[in-house]
Amino acid sequence: MKLKLATVALGAALAAGPVMADLVFPSLSYRTGPYAASGIPFADGYADYFTLLNERDGGIGGVPIRVVECETGYNTEKGVECYESTKGEGALLYQPLSTGITYQLIPKTTADGIPMHTMGYGRTSAKNGSVFSHTFNYPANYWDGASGAINYLLEENGGDLSGKKIALVYHNSAYGKEPIRTLEELSKKHGFELVALPVDHPGQEQKSQWLQIRRDRPDFVLMWGWGVMNQVAVQEAANIRYPMENFIGIWWSGSENDVLPAGEAANGYKALTFHNVGSDYPLYDDLQKYVVDSGKAAGAGDQVGSVLYNRGIYAAMLAAEAARKAQEISGNADITAADMRDGMEALEITEARMAELGLPNFGPAFSVSCENHGGDALVGVTQWDAASKTWSMISEFKPTDSDVIGPLIAEDSGNYASENNIEPRC
Amino acid sequence: MPEQLVFAMEVILNGLMAGVLYALVALGFVLIYKASGIFNYAQGVMALFAAMTLVGIMNGQVPFAHLINATFGTHIHYFGWNVPALLAILLTMAVMVFLAWAVQRFVMRHLVGQEPIILFMATIGLAYFLEGVADLMWGSEIKTLDVGLPQGINLSIDEATFNIFGYGFFIDNLDIVATVIAALLVAGLVAFSQYTKQGRAMRAVADDHQAALSVGISLNFIWIMVWSVAGFVALVAGIMWGTKSGVQFSLSLIALKALPVLMLGGFTSIPGAIVGGLIIGVGEKLFEFAVGPLVGGATENWFAYVLALIFLVFRPQGLFGEKIIERV
Repeated sequence: MKLKLATVALGAALAAGPVMADLVFPSLSYRTGPYAASGIPFADGYADYFTLLNERDGGIGGVPIRVVECETGYNTEKGVECYESTKGEGALLYQPLSTGITYQLIPKTTADGIPMHTMGYGRTSAKNGSVFSHTFNYPANYWDGASGAINYLLEENGGDLSGKKIALVYHNSAYGKEPIRTLEELSKKHGFELVALPVDHPGQEQKSQWLQIRRDRPDFVLMWGWGVMNQVAVQEAANIRYPMENFIGIWWSGSENDVLPAGEAANGYKALTFHNVGSDYPLYDDLQKYVVDSGKAAGAGDQVGSVLYNRGIYAAMLAAEAARKAQEISGNADITAADMRDGMEALEITEARMAELGLPNFGPAFSVSCENHGGDALVGVTQWDAASKTWSMISEFKPTDSDVIGPLIAEDSGNYASENNIEPRC
Repeated sequence: MPEQLVFAMEVILNGLMAGVLYALVALGFVLIYKASGIFNYAQGVMALFAAMTLVGIMNGQVPFAHLINATFGTHIHYFGWNVPALLAILLTMAVMVFLAWAVQRFVMRHLVGQEPIILFMATIGLAYFLEGVADLMWGSEIKTLDVGLPQGINLSIDEATFNIFGYGFFIDNLDIVATVIAALLVAGLVAFSQYTKQGRAMRAVADDHQAALSVGISLNFIWIMVWSVAGFVALVAGIMWGTKSGVQFSLSLIALKALPVLMLGGFTSIPGAIVGGLIIGVGEKLFEFAVGPLVGGATENWFAYVLALIFLVFRPQGLFGEKIIERV
């Protein structure tokens, strides 16, 4: 009897276990809570790209992909819980989609040997790969964003910003304060005056800040906003008749969500970006055919081509490319998290490869190395057309000021290394 | 006139307008607390729910579309029609009355006689439940709300103040509309509670449930009526705030703006909510204007509470609240 039971138990265990290897990509999404409107399109794009690879190519290198979605609600504690509950499933890569969760996961992922990709958010100095071995933030970070905005304004003003006044309207949080140091350094270098205007969470009431802008009349306004703060800021700017073409948001303040509520008044508003806009790419034809039309889309299919959906697609594409590189390096299709990390560190994205993937000119060409986990820091600018309800690229992906950002990254990552007794790896 | 003084006048005016918007949210809390002694934590979420329902009805959105599609494999999202704003507001009001009935029937009726803290906990549960239902019913994307209210700078005020002070004041047209609506709302509510049979019954229930029952007043009816009126106030607040920022989850957080107003104005006074709102609005804006630049800004959220606490120390029942004296 005991033998029979043991046989049955063994059989059940074998049946329940993974029959076939797969590549596990957890998706720490936020489809509920105050930021769901931004979390849903990203999560849909992330899932849809992997679904496309599974449906069209049979996965990556012949190995199917499994996306394990876990709801964080954009809450740091829930994000950490999601990490702990999914890492045992053979997770290859985490994209926590929150600066708060990122800070909590940096030591955990390093200890567990699982790489983390924080694309356009998180700890900026993680660009220094010799200190942050398992954290990557290519192709651009917040400080690149700050520098990209100033470079764009320099270009627009004949290379001279001296005597100009630039206001920064920012979310009064660690995220919102990220660009201040860089902008202060850039103001010294280029001779413009920087006025920082914090907005408390959630940012529904910004009358004081915009009255001050109306009184001070800064030449340009930059915004590091999130959630409802973005929509209110765009509306308030329109209310005081601030010229929208002089108002530039970071990439987290540059989606359709941020401008649609203000209607026509938002026309001309600009935002930074590290990937292209729209859906006019060959890859989107495949997405339609293999994912949306076949009813396998993560959402209703109505987000395809929106800014945040595209960002999800881009994040998944970079993850898939790193996995391919990892397979190539390890010579094994069924890669581990350690292989994945090596693949990310050796990642090289060229325009030829982007075109091959069906995404020509979708993102900047860049490469990653042991010293540089942040890519080539190229930043573009987009502008909103309220009539057609579309964003368009008005400035190509251009280099940022590494002379200013480099030392800041070295200083911050150096502090982290000494606080945590980390020996630089390379 | 010194430039800073002119700027301060503009800030005070805008503070008054912001205060009216805070008061609109606070009014809903006052109504329910006054009639039933319940601090309705769900009032902010009711504003969100009302605004989402209004936009959904206006756009001809199919409620629970995602759930229906996931269950039956369909792809329906819209009915294909648009409903005029006024009709949509009336239909939304009907939904809010239904919600009031449901809250009374399934939650509050079972908790009669319980401690206030239990009732408060029930409204916390209600808030999270409503959040989920609102998302499920209408989706969580940000929705544009346009019921035809004007927005942007009022040019007449801008021009008039420019002629007087040499600097044109910024006053948002939406804030002016909100002020007029709030004035009408308060006048209507005061008239209702003073001069109608139902209003007097509501006041009787507020004073003493047992005594009101003994003279034949139906507690169920009064509470459904009060929750319905609070739902109407939530709808008005939802329209005002939703027009400004789009209808989205964060609307539920406007309740945070109402708390200092309630502390200051008292939980039981309708005029108190208005005066409290005005004091908080002006106080926080003036403080930000005068002291904000010296301390790095972003003072409004915490200063509103500090101001309310100061009032609380000297007048615990709030400016207009009833002083409760219990004799042994």
